[in-house]
Amino acid sequence: MSQPKRTDAGGRIDRLRVLRFQFDGRRYQGYCGDTLASALLANDVHLTARSFKYHRPRGILALGAEEPNALVQLEQGAYTEPNVRATQIELYDGLIAHSQNRWPALGFDLGALNDTFSPLLPAGFYYKTFMWPASMWLRYEKAIRRMAGLGRAPCLPDPDRYDRMHAHCDVLVVGAGPAGLSAALSAARSGARVILADEQTEAGGQLLWERYDIDGHPAMAWVASVMAELAAAPEVRILARTLVSGYYDHNFVVACQRFDSPRSSAHAPRQRLWKIRAREVVLATGAVERALVFPDNDRPGIMLAGAVRGYLNRFGVTAGSRVVIATVGDDGYRTALDLASAGVAIAAVLDLRVRAAGFLPQQARARGIEVLTGQRIVATGGRMRVSAVRVQPFAGGTIREIACDLVAMSGGWIPTVHLFSQARGRLRFDARAGAFVPGEAMQPVRCAGSVQAAWLLHEALAQGFAAGGAAAQACGLEPARALELPQVSEPEATAADVALAHRGERASRRKQFVDFQADVTLADVGLAAREGYDAIEHLKRYTTAGMGVDQGKMGNANVVALLADARGEAAGTIGMSTFRPPYQPVSFSAIAGMDAGELFDPVRRTPMHEWHRRHGAVFEDAGQWKRACYYPRAGETLHASVQRECLAVRRGVGMLDASTLGKIDIQGPDAAEFLERIYCNPVRSLAPGRCRYGLMLKQDGMVFDDGVIARLAETHFLLTTTTGGAARVAAWLEEWLQTEWPMLKTYCTPVTEQYAQVAVSGPHSVELLAPLCSVDIRAMPFMSVRTGYVAGIGARIFRLSFAGGLGYEIAVPADRGYELWTTLMGAGERFDIAPYGTEAMHVLRAEKGFIIVGQETDGTVSPIDLGLDRLVRSDKFFIGQRSLARPDARRADRRQLVGLLTENPHEVLAEGTQLVAAPCTLARVAAEPVPMLGYVTSSYFSPSCGRSIALALVEAGVARIGQTLHAPLATRCVKVTLTAPRFVGDSDEVLHG
Amino acid sequence: MGDDASMRRFIGRDLVLGECPARACVELRGDPDDASFVRAVRTVTDLPLPLDPGRSAAGLLASILWLGPDRWLVCSDTQAGSDLAASLRAALAAIACAVVDVGAARIVYAVGGSNARAVLAKGCSLDLHERKFPLGHCAQTLLAKAPVLVHLSGAEPTFEIHVARSLRDYAWAWLRAAASEYAAEADDA
Amino acid sequence: MLRIACPWCGARDETEFGYGGEAHVALPADAAQLSDAAWAEYLFMRSNPKGRHRERWVHTHGCRRWFNVVRDTTTERIFAVYLAGSPPAQLPDEPA
Ligand SMILES: [Zn+2]
Repeated sequence: MSQPKRTDAGGRIDRLRVLRFQFDGRRYQGYCGDTLASALLANDVHLTARSFKYHRPRGILALGAEEPNALVQLEQGAYTEPNVRATQIELYDGLIAHSQNRWPALGFDLGALNDTFSPLLPAGFYYKTFMWPASMWLRYEKAIRRMAGLGRAPCLPDPDRYDRMHAHCDVLVVGAGPAGLSAALSAARSGARVILADEQTEAGGQLLWERYDIDGHPAMAWVASVMAELAAAPEVRILARTLVSGYYDHNFVVACQRFDSPRSSAHAPRQRLWKIRAREVVLATGAVERALVFPDNDRPGIMLAGAVRGYLNRFGVTAGSRVVIATVGDDGYRTALDLASAGVAIAAVLDLRVRAAGFLPQQARARGIEVLTGQRIVATGGRMRVSAVRVQPFAGGTIREIACDLVAMSGGWIPTVHLFSQARGRLRFDARAGAFVPGEAMQPVRCAGSVQAAWLLHEALAQGFAAGGAAAQACGLEPARALELPQVSEPEATAADVALAHRGERASRRKQFVDFQADVTLADVGLAAREGYDAIEHLKRYTTAGMGVDQGKMGNANVVALLADARGEAAGTIGMSTFRPPYQPVSFSAIAGMDAGELFDPVRRTPMHEWHRRHGAVFEDAGQWKRACYYPRAGETLHASVQRECLAVRRGVGMLDASTLGKIDIQGPDAAEFLERIYCNPVRSLAPGRCRYGLMLKQDGMVFDDGVIARLAETHFLLTTTTGGAARVAAWLEEWLQTEWPMLKTYCTPVTEQYAQVAVSGPHSVELLAPLCSVDIRAMPFMSVRTGYVAGIGARIFRLSFAGGLGYEIAVPADRGYELWTTLMGAGERFDIAPYGTEAMHVLRAEKGFIIVGQETDGTVSPIDLGLDRLVRSDKFFIGQRSLARPDARRADRRQLVGLLTENPHEVLAEGTQLVAAPCTLARVAAEPVPMLGYVTSSYFSPSCGRSIALALVEAGVARIGQTLHAPLATRCVKVTLTAPRFVGDSDEVLHG
Repeated sequence: MGDDASMRRFIGRDLVLGECPARACVELRGDPDDASFVRAVRTVTDLPLPLDPGRSAAGLLASILWLGPDRWLVCSDTQAGSDLAASLRAALAAIACAVVDVGAARIVYAVGGSNARAVLAKGCSLDLHERKFPLGHCAQTLLAKAPVLVHLSGAEPTFEIHVARSLRDYAWAWLRAAASEYAAEADDA
Repeated sequence: MLRIACPWCGARDETEFGYGGEAHVALPADAAQLSDAAWAEYLFMRSNPKGRHRERWVHTHGCRRWFNVVRDTTTERIFAVYLAGSPPAQLPDEPA
């Protein structure tokens, strides 16, 4: 297959390596080194897309990231990726891409009717028309979204690998064009750690396609020598194919590197997100060319002049065979001259300026190219490809039609200031360049080259050397030995008149595009300004200019200039909309990196996890922990399993893995005093060897955490915390010790992970354990602790039970936990021991009325509200004391903890069910709101009670005990009776032990 | 498979990952300005207490890693955890300090080879450059989403990563995933 | 993401730290003597300046130490880092 638009020689492509690819189902060939865009153009394919709103035929416009039109759907199935710029896709063998936003086909698109009826679709049309009436929006939205869709997100899991890499450097250089290379070189020669990131496959920037000589050789020879030196420097890291997308605080820079074309190995990541922390940054991000605004300026075959030159010189592709060049400066002549040298016919150069007397225009004339000055394009023809332009002098006069198949437009250059602006740097309008350039920096960042509107090569090189050296010096490094600037010969260029670029034809009724991707026209900007949206941020939202996935890289400059015109102000006075990360979309997969699947969130497992798993436990998440929730036997439901586990504990013996409980070791001469202040309970009076239930409050008097305080020795305590509260409590203790009471000699050490803990509960627990323990556990009083051996393992033995009734907890070093568990299970066989999970534990404790922090409390519940005020000592200082002393803390109508019994003993209310005074349903309440008096915090079926039980927080709940309230459900109402919050035995055993 | 699961190991290109055998570890708290405290620690470990952030001291009997201005980790491959703790407690009996056995609380993974830094850099925001993180250096930080203690224990380099026992599987899965690009070609990662 | 210099461990990423609000809010020694309003003032009211702010941070995933930072809330620039318990840091270009 031939590539009709490929030159015979030249370009940075490997003509021996032919690559096959498909676009919209048709097969083509390109060469290694091509992008998808250059390969399509080599095959004379310009039409690549339909526009977003009007579905107008669009072609490839640009050379790189600024491309607004040629967004394609890359690959298929699980590998597919939407909205990828064809100009940035490195061609590989077997590539498959499809055009987007067309239906049914690119050449015939029903949505193009939007274009025909476009006088009905002005800026703000959707806002004005479809938001009313509100109820209809949902219906309109579906149709609008189908018409206005971009690419399609993949529906299958992403099969590729992605990762993330942190990197640190002295000097990060963004962009490997002439300025970036010289910056990297001078920084590297100073001995700095340098990272050089560039989005292209090879370094060089504009030197990849501009025909300059450096030091008497083609510029790419200089690029090669610099790259060789950088590659050999031990402290330099070169990141090719790496697009810097975000510049955040404290010189934190995020870049995305592609490895995807073609995939070299199944092990290699497809993309890598770099998180770079740089002491100094040099931005050599270059510039993009500005389009010209004229009627029907969006036909396929109308391209940026620099891009046309780039496709020719870098890829050996002539984008047309008869070319009109429209320019506002000398730069357009480079394209004319390069094309002419390649044998392409130049129909004319249209110079919008009145005078074109510089070196390049002279060269063009000397080659016999017709140069028309002071003229502009007033119309274009050709449906799927431009076929002619009509030109007319600004002064008026005859309109002349020129046949062509390519229009190369050059409206001057727009510095790529996005990253500088993201770094909070201020932008400054450079009147000479007619564009915003970096002004005052707010972070350690420097700019060099065309991002500063330094258009000349020797300026870019000099600025790069200076910026790189200064950055290294700012890192405290000696400046490099005198660097010799390479010698460059380049023609003097006369100034471009960029104000001509956006001028357009005010009288024309044809569309004149300003933002190609968002389909915003010159008329839209005028309309928005007339309707009062004449601040740049308002205009942006009203017209959607700059809100496409390209963020208006190309279009914003003309939008701002047009708005200034509409307001009758000088360009640059109305500011620029803020640039926010990312510079270019980054895929979710790259952002997620490895944090997917089992690595999405860490899972914490107890030492006995494997036993639970192999014995059929169903796990539940408790923070990051996996806890055994229940252990169903064959055919057992959750309910049946939990009822059985509960009864085993009440009548025989059960065993719970309590290892996830937070544990904190407290030592020091002032440990007792410290804990006295931390807990609302008395601690100093606790005798060594004894334990006490403790409540921690926040300074506002509300319950923060609870657990057991065990006094191991005079100056040594062990606290338990809730599973979820372990880290929080440890941090809380450290905060008070370090910031308020540093004089207290106390050391806190979290030891949650050091111990496996097993709760052995039930009437047979003592018979099971006694023979295995080295201490006489029958002699242990309730709420006490002893140190000894259990089954030969050094252990702490606690006599206490969260389930209520007789029970022990055994703590052993975590590496012996599995052994302890299996030994106890074995020894328990003759007692018909049952492992029980967290669900049974919840039922058992609720029967006793024991609270769970986070279930019965939510940060607004005090110990008084919980009926635990008898624990609170008023004769000492503790955190929360002052707040509890407020009259409000004892207000009678606060929500208080009570028990609930449903009228029907088999009715188990859902936790969170609300309670009201009079019978009603949720449907009724929706129509006629009634005051909510409280809600259910815990609710279970209790096998010991043979009925449902619930705990609730109810306004003035204690005073209402014995009364009835109502729980409205969707279609019915449940009557409940308030009781004391305990259903089995005496709840005081743990609390008072 | 219980808690005594077989040691984990992975060998890739210029990369070795492995789980280290259990070792005695004691968290030591005390006042570094108290000369008797520093002296007593030296008596037991034959090591000077590292006083500068991120530093460690290593000897034949034990090694000591700086964790905070009044917090150290004392490790030993040659003693049982309870013995190490007991000898420290005995030497420090009269001094206000804390000696807490934490050996069972942690798993130590070793990440060695010239690709070790790259593997760790996938989840660790520390600057592990040899000038910034020299031999013997240690730091508490995050590796992916796990709190870890990173210790450059060998010049090859070999990094030791201490992670909470409950995160043993998570940390290993993460290390294996991060290492997969360095798998020997025949390996299936 | 900020880079915060822990006074002990040196510069680390913000993800290693916890934020503790305004610094130098002293716990009243005589809380029992305070009116409810004065207690509420201590407990809940904090300054929220646009500009330099003295605030507490804790190196949660590092040395676990609390310390103070002077940070500009608009530019995120950090001017000073100092130990908890030290008097408020005075900056050279700031009235005492
Ligand atoms: Zn620190």
